[in-house]
Amino acid sequence: MQVSFDNLHKAFENRVRLGIMSALAVNDYLDFNSLKEFLDVTDGNLATHLKKLEQLEFIGVEKSFVDRKPNTKYFVTPKGRQAFEAHLQVLEGIIKAQK
Amino acid sequence: MSPQSDHLQDLAEIRAMMERSSKFLSLSGLSGVLAGCYALGAAWVSANVFEFNPTSMAYTLNAEHEQGLVLTALATLVLAVLSAILLSWRKAQKKDEKIWNATTRRVVTNVSIPLFAGAVLSFSLLQNDLVGLIAPITLLFYGISLYTAGSYTYHDIKYLGLIQIVLGLLACWFVQWGVLLWAIGFGLMHIVYGATMHFKYER
Repeated sequence: MQVSFDNLHKAFENRVRLGIMSALAVNDYLDFNSLKEFLDVTDGNLATHLKKLEQLEFIGVEKSFVDRKPNTKYFVTPKGRQAFEAHLQVLEGIIKAQK
Repeated sequence: MSPQSDHLQDLAEIRAMMERSSKFLSLSGLSGVLAGCYALGAAWVSANVFEFNPTSMAYTLNAEHEQGLVLTALATLVLAVLSAILLSWRKAQKKDEKIWNATTRRVVTNVSIPLFAGAVLSFSLLQNDLVGLIAPITLLFYGISLYTAGSYTYHDIKYLGLIQIVLGLLACWFVQWGVLLWAIGFGLMHIVYGATMHFKYER
């Protein structure tokens, strides 16, 4: 079986971005602090990767205020879900092909 | 690292992240065992000290015993909840995780709503002298809470929920066995479940 490595989306080469997508794939919404805690990364690092995923339109952002403090919630867009699932399939395909 | 082990590692991390971010896995099995012990104690006190042995759904308690029962129930609940919080907090610390996160909030909300409804209903039954229904109703509502919680924590808890529901339904027909069925559900089953969880996931 031939599996193309080109199908592995560049956006998911990074472990933090992969982690963000994994966490958001199984949650309707997650806020910045929850993501930070699950991924165990710094604010700056997380923000950079979120921005990148947002630019790709893989995730959506919803800003609101809770007790006058800004609260930012993230969620996966249909486009993001599609890309993530395709990425998983390619990963599985590669592993099966190499067995 | 070879590309293959890299991809395997990727998949393993995706899986772990999905589980960690959607399921509350700090729930302590030992706290289940403790809750079961408190429940057995409470059932014994209710039956032997406060003569709580309703033989039919409509049943009147004397005021003094009623007060004692409510206090016993509240004390058992508080003890069980405190143990669960304390032991789960300890388990979370060992895994270097915070106990209060998105997954905890979800479990707590999903458990509290049916539980609160059941508690209010039980008070109404007590006030209306339908005391025989309290054991089945608490079992049923607790079973429903656990069944719901199963989607947000260890899946095994769903079975515990189903058992409580079955015991609760049985107790509707065999009212005279209410306290016994309650002791099996809240006492024995908690101990069995807690010990199973402890040996399955915590060792």
